[in-house]
Amino acid sequence: MLAYLVFFACVVLILGVLALGLNLQWGFTGLFNAGVVGFYAIGAYTHAILTAAPQPQYVGNFGLPWLVGVLAAMAATALASWLIGLVTIRLRGDYLAIATFGVAVSIQLVALNWEPLTGGAQGLTRIGKPLAPLFETPFAFNLWFLGLMIALMATIYWALDRVLLSPWGRVLKAIREDETAAVALGKSARRFRLEAFVLGSTLMGLAGALYVSFIGFVSPFDFLPIVTFQVWAMLIVGGSGNNRGALLGALVVWAIWAGSGVAVSKLVPPSHAAQGAAIQVILIGLLLVLVLLFRPRGLIGEAAVVSRHVND
Amino acid sequence: MIQALADGILTGAIIALGAIGVTFTLEIMRFANFAHSELLTWGAYIALVIVTFAGPGTPTGPLSFGWQLLAAALIAAVLTGLAAWAVDTLVFRRLRRRGALPLTMVFAAFGAALVMRHLIVLVFGHESRYYTRELQIAVELLPGVRVLPDQIFILGLALAAMIALHAFLAWSRTGIAMRAMAESPALAQVCGIEVDAVVRLTWIISGALAAFAGVFTGLTPQLHPEIGFNLLLSLFAAAILGGTGSLAGAVTGGFLVGLAENLSLLVISPGYKGAMPFLLLLAILILRPQGLFGARS
Repeated sequence: MLAYLVFFACVVLILGVLALGLNLQWGFTGLFNAGVVGFYAIGAYTHAILTAAPQPQYVGNFGLPWLVGVLAAMAATALASWLIGLVTIRLRGDYLAIATFGVAVSIQLVALNWEPLTGGAQGLTRIGKPLAPLFETPFAFNLWFLGLMIALMATIYWALDRVLLSPWGRVLKAIREDETAAVALGKSARRFRLEAFVLGSTLMGLAGALYVSFIGFVSPFDFLPIVTFQVWAMLIVGGSGNNRGALLGALVVWAIWAGSGVAVSKLVPPSHAAQGAAIQVILIGLLLVLVLLFRPRGLIGEAAVVSRHVND
Repeated sequence: MIQALADGILTGAIIALGAIGVTFTLEIMRFANFAHSELLTWGAYIALVIVTFAGPGTPTGPLSFGWQLLAAALIAAVLTGLAAWAVDTLVFRRLRRRGALPLTMVFAAFGAALVMRHLIVLVFGHESRYYTRELQIAVELLPGVRVLPDQIFILGLALAAMIALHAFLAWSRTGIAMRAMAESPALAQVCGIEVDAVVRLTWIISGALAAFAGVFTGLTPQLHPEIGFNLLLSLFAAAILGGTGSLAGAVTGGFLVGLAENLSLLVISPGYKGAMPFLLLLAILILRPQGLFGARS
């Protein structure tokens, strides 16, 4: 049980990084990224290709150190999202959603089809884990990874807090609330949007690298569109525009997902595994719709910001 | 080459039927309905249920099915139209009444799509299903171009549906009201158009056309719970390429997207076929975001 809790906490924290990345894009900037899983996949595959143990049939698998993989994953996702953002960021909201959704579909196709690099449907195994040789049992490694994740999450949370309170962060909100006013004040809406898009996607890429270095293998079937909707559900349930909300949402939604998975595996015979999995997805969809209908702010919505001069 | 053209026209007809609904919701309801593709799936499976009980009928002439399947498609169209309206009543109308942002509607559409698609998986499972097990022999239309008789029939039926819809929009009072709503909801309301009635009708027509598209996809050759979802990007590419809000645009867009997807298979490997509608969409959004027939705003 404890072993499972540690595992569960690690996954929630990794998904929390994804949700924070999305919150920066949607919650604070109003960018509708419907391709979260695409950026997650770029990070995951970059890390896997660079750090996996060498194998003759693959062109990648360089066996590089863990940290190199993580940093490269962030750099690769930043570069990719910058290129994608250059083309798509000026699209109006719903078109941006369609375009980013298409980006994620295409990235998954590349992962599935470019076998010499990505291992195709087989995926890649023996991916670099942080300081793995020091730990004898998987439980000891998971415990260490949890500590690492807590430290990382604290750093990211603190850094985002600083960034959002800075003038840069305030411009993001200004653009989201009233683009014309922000532009009239001489802020380039397009530039700030692109920066927020890249920064948010970089966090998603980091989450991808962390995920595969925790699990130890990568497969294109871990990057189906459902992941995007799960992360969206986390943000909407927790409350977009609030980083604590995003993290709480990650916990709640993943608890529902994992809990319903356990319940389904106990109650549904293995011959109907597809139906069981469908129930899980239906729950996520219902959750998303019901929260939008009955509690649009989420569990903890964005805190109201009132000027300190309001009573002057 | 010519074979790819023929295949493209056939896929194009199906995409066009679906894209009409997408363009209607974009223009009259003013949001991108990502759940629209699931209406195709629902239509296809509703027809499957009817066919399972009533049988696909004895093959008529060169076709693999009889009139029973056509009747099933018609019933499925009505039921899917009502289903689309029901989803609107349950979800979208509540959000509209609250004055929700268009993007909130898009989220809700994503959520509704997940529920709708996986309800189908829940009931029918993932395995492929068929309306009929009849084997069909392709006819050689031109030297080297083989087409199934079913496909030609589908093309004819799709074109007939589009012409009927065009006539309806152009000449009937209700059709004119729908176009007025698309132009300006506020003005339409001032002119005494019953907005709720127009919205209901829009969903029913969109759902019915989607059901036809779904049944046709299921006929050539099989059904699975992702038939609609796999067409999602193609539907949006077609609707946007045509310039949203115009029937002729959606139809032209549908055929062009169908052609482009099939012609691209001559140069790219089939594994990447799924990325084609996305690349097209991107090219359209960059080069001509207002679509072929849209006016620059």
